[in-house]
Amino acid sequence: MSENKSNISWLNSFLIETGELAYFTGRFFKEVFRRPFEFKEFLKQCYNVGNKSLLLVGITGFIIGLVFTLQSRPKMMELGAESWLPSMVSISIIREIGPIITALICAGKIGSGIGAELGSMRVTEQIDAMEVSGTNPFKYLVVTRILATTFMIPLLVIMGDAIALFGSFLIENIKGDVSFTLYFNEVFNSLDFSDFTPSTIKTFFFGFAIGLVGCYKGYYTKHGTAGVGVSANSAVVEASIVLFIIDFVAVLIADIFYSV
Amino acid sequence: MTSNINNKNAVIVIRDLHKRFGNNHVLDGFNMDLYEGETLVIMGKSGSGKSVMIKCLIGLESHDSGTINIMGMDMDKVDEIELDELRTEVGFLFQGSALYDSMTVRENLEFPLRRHTKKFGEIGDGTPLVMEALHNVGLEHTIDLMPEELSGGMKRRIALARTLILKPKIILYDEPTTGLDPITSKEIVVLMKSIQEKYKTSSIVITHDVDCARFISNRMILLVDGINYAEGTFSELDASEDPKVRAFFKS
Ligand SMILES: Nc1ncnc2c1ncn2[C@@H]1O[C@H](COP(=O)(O)OP(=O)(O)OP(=O)(O)O)[C@@H](O)[C@H]1O
Ligand SMILES: [Mg+2]
Repeated sequence: MSENKSNISWLNSFLIETGELAYFTGRFFKEVFRRPFEFKEFLKQCYNVGNKSLLLVGITGFIIGLVFTLQSRPKMMELGAESWLPSMVSISIIREIGPIITALICAGKIGSGIGAELGSMRVTEQIDAMEVSGTNPFKYLVVTRILATTFMIPLLVIMGDAIALFGSFLIENIKGDVSFTLYFNEVFNSLDFSDFTPSTIKTFFFGFAIGLVGCYKGYYTKHGTAGVGVSANSAVVEASIVLFIIDFVAVLIADIFYSV
Repeated sequence: MTSNINNKNAVIVIRDLHKRFGNNHVLDGFNMDLYEGETLVIMGKSGSGKSVMIKCLIGLESHDSGTINIMGMDMDKVDEIELDELRTEVGFLFQGSALYDSMTVRENLEFPLRRHTKKFGEIGDGTPLVMEALHNVGLEHTIDLMPEELSGGMKRRIALARTLILKPKIILYDEPTTGLDPITSKEIVVLMKSIQEKYKTSSIVITHDVDCARFISNRMILLVDGINYAEGTFSELDASEDPKVRAFFKS
């Protein structure tokens, strides 16, 4: 009985949350086309996003490239399919691993950062102060951050992919004496637009979701300073869930388009 | 733009203001007039709804019913552009200073100007308005510091400078002296008074501080149980026999 009740309240808060998030998204699209455009703040946020996550994305990408190749290599050799390794690795990285890992890292790093920053601005009334001084805080804080993540995450993913491939090449080079030209020739021969296009398009949605959830959590922070931690934390959790949902939908759609 | 139908020189008129959060009736028919050039002190217990009232006034909170009229404009009917203009005329000093902590003092002060280039022209580096505002609060040397490098009293003064930079006709102070030691409090209050005399602003000051109220008020309102329970000058209220009024003045 009581479990039933808690299930209902869970469902209830889930629906409320979804509704509010949808409203927040609607407000973003309403405000994003209205002047003035806060260009300087947008650039600053782009720089922030890149600066905060460049190193992390680079290191994880590199390690994933290394590990992935090291682990698949023995099996591929056993099957005598060693020469397919570059194409297999690159397809997995570019289609799936690169985008989702980079996005998850950015959800942890950028999403929580935005949640905490806007959250503390909310509870210390800085957002109210902006409002009374005649600057629309939604445009100035939220729109610029969402746009920044939307444009920067795809770039970070491309960079992460490239570094992962480089890591994979290093293993191939050390273990299998494969040259740089040979490796990347293999990679580019095996890739076509159906690998690259859908996965790049979905990274824009990843970026949008990270910015959106982070801003939403931060902007509506309640309950004082303690609420800031809650916002930062739930920004990461919810953004991660949303990322997987987007990923799933994107794969379904890509499948319809390319599986003819 | 000023004058009003109800009162010839009232700049703010609040009638029958109601605001509740759930079952918590915070404001329950609050009335208030602010006359041009006066300093009106509002006192009330902690949690009596003073901050809520002043946030309804400036449009940060919505009210449930009642009317708020600022300089002849009905706050329920203003559009966004009018509200923007109104907000250059009404300054607000937040209870916790609310300085933007990712910006320097200079950027904090320039921030309100950026949206009001019509009134002040483009902002350039070292704009004289910033220096003037800092000069008013005696903190010119802090211009390139970050808020975290300032003491509580300095923050309050910078926040005051930021409020003043738009040269508002009306200033709303939400507990300008709480959290400060008596000497710094006194400095802030003296500063507020000198600003009032220099720019002829009309102000509403929310405070618990009896000394502050005595020094600065032309008129006072006691906010009790969501209404304007008592009104009058400091000495009138101080002489009152009503126990609810007396409670504010015993010290
Ligand atoms: N956003 C809100 N949601 C729910 N209740 C609120 C909200 N804001 C204020 N309240 C309630 O309204 C009442 C008045 O709060 P308010 O902040 O106006 O008090 P105050 O008179 O300014 O007190 P203080 O002197 O401590 O600043 C309190 O009971 C508070 O719990
Ligand atoms: Mg208050």
